[in-house]
Amino acid sequence: MVTSSADELSREGGGAAIEIDDLHVRRGGKLILPGISLRVPPGRVTGLLGPSGSGKTTLMRAIVGVQIVQSGRVTVLGQPAGTPALRRRVAYVTQAPSVYADLTVEENLRYFARILGAPRQRIEEVIRLVGLTGQTKQVTRTLSGGEFSRASLAVALLGKPELLVLDEPTVDVDPILRRELWQTFYELAEDGASLLVSSHVMDEAGRCHELVLMRSGRIIATGSPKELLERTHTDELEDAFVALAEAS
Amino acid sequence: MSITATLATAARVLGQLRRDPRTLAMVFLVAPALLTLFKYIFNNQPHTFDRIGAPMIGLFPLIMMFLITSIAMLRERTTGTLERLMSLPLAKLDLLVGYALAFALLAALQGGITGAVGFGLLNVQARGPSWAVVLLAIMNALLGMTLGLFLSAFARTEFQAVQFLPAVLFPQVLLGGLLVPRAHMPHALEIVSDALPVTYAYDALAKVTADNTGIWLWLDIVIVAGTITLALLLGATTLRRRTA
Repeated sequence: MVTSSADELSREGGGAAIEIDDLHVRRGGKLILPGISLRVPPGRVTGLLGPSGSGKTTLMRAIVGVQIVQSGRVTVLGQPAGTPALRRRVAYVTQAPSVYADLTVEENLRYFARILGAPRQRIEEVIRLVGLTGQTKQVTRTLSGGEFSRASLAVALLGKPELLVLDEPTVDVDPILRRELWQTFYELAEDGASLLVSSHVMDEAGRCHELVLMRSGRIIATGSPKELLERTHTDELEDAFVALAEAS
Repeated sequence: MSITATLATAARVLGQLRRDPRTLAMVFLVAPALLTLFKYIFNNQPHTFDRIGAPMIGLFPLIMMFLITSIAMLRERTTGTLERLMSLPLAKLDLLVGYALAFALLAALQGGITGAVGFGLLNVQARGPSWAVVLLAIMNALLGMTLGLFLSAFARTEFQAVQFLPAVLFPQVLLGGLLVPRAHMPHALEIVSDALPVTYAYDALAKVTADNTGIWLWLDIVIVAGTITLALLLGATTLRRRTA
């Protein structure tokens, strides 16, 4: 399970996909993360939930190692975040899709596959995984918003990463496809990958194995959806979030 | 560094250019058109055109690659693709050398077309070999590319990036000897021009035009090559794996 207190951190020790200890991050003169600690378990889909502006993206950037941090320790798959060796093991999908808008889906994937040294058949696999089989020859600029972000997700899946950090991957995605994407996330977790998926809408929370609730740069609760409902004596995760936010 | 990643980057950049035929057409047509315009502007001063015609063929790629690289790198930064690349197992030099290969090919084509039009149709004079002008054009393209790459780090928007052309490159072209030979300029400006890389890029072209291919030509080439290397390394430091 997800834990956040210091004694639990030392007790459970290694084996975590992500371990964060007293992380401080300042962006644009503002303290976004005022010292947070967190442990994310391996092989699970962990949801990072909270309203926009709560620091989810900053936390994800620190985990991927692209964020300059003020202090604290971030360990990913047993190594300090941002270590060169982790560039093959960790994949990050930003909220704004980062693929070349003037290339086709296939051309984008071919380029990133060559950088990662991924075999050719992996390109077809990831196209199927994200449901873009009919759009491979389409220039990504002409894709719909949801298709565009799935093209970006496909790039992240190319290298079979052990940790996937996905910032709002299901925004603008229709309900049927959203269900399919979650199915893909579960399958990746079953194969041993760890996933950290952020969302600002609580109706996604119930789909996660584990939850990390954030508000104003602080972690207000962690646990499985069932645990959080029991702890707050509520029936809806949205009510649980409100109860936990008021208590914190 | 990895040859696969470098070549993949070059192929990707060329693939992007292929999807933008209007830009390609302008790259290949504007330089010969401007050269033609200069030919007729200097219709009554043929000596001036004889002096600057060949060097202009070699300077067009410098200006074009400066602009294209500034915009291309700014796009990589603003669309998040640079951040993605920096989180992948890709060396910074793989990215930069990939760009350099793609743009050198583009510059070779542009220099070849402009050279064919200039030497073949417009009677541009060069007492030295015309292929040397095209080779210098490719070198100058790399100079423009690396300067554009480095300066693009200081631009937040495409509007700002475009302003670096009149701000940084035009003064260098004016002071470099193309319009007025440097010896005819006030001494202070001549000293300033000694410190600017485009001066040596122009000087090499002027020397080939005059078939003055001795040790001093090689000194020009060494200075330009040194500036390319320096700007490339400075440019690499502006590609950050971690940002605020």
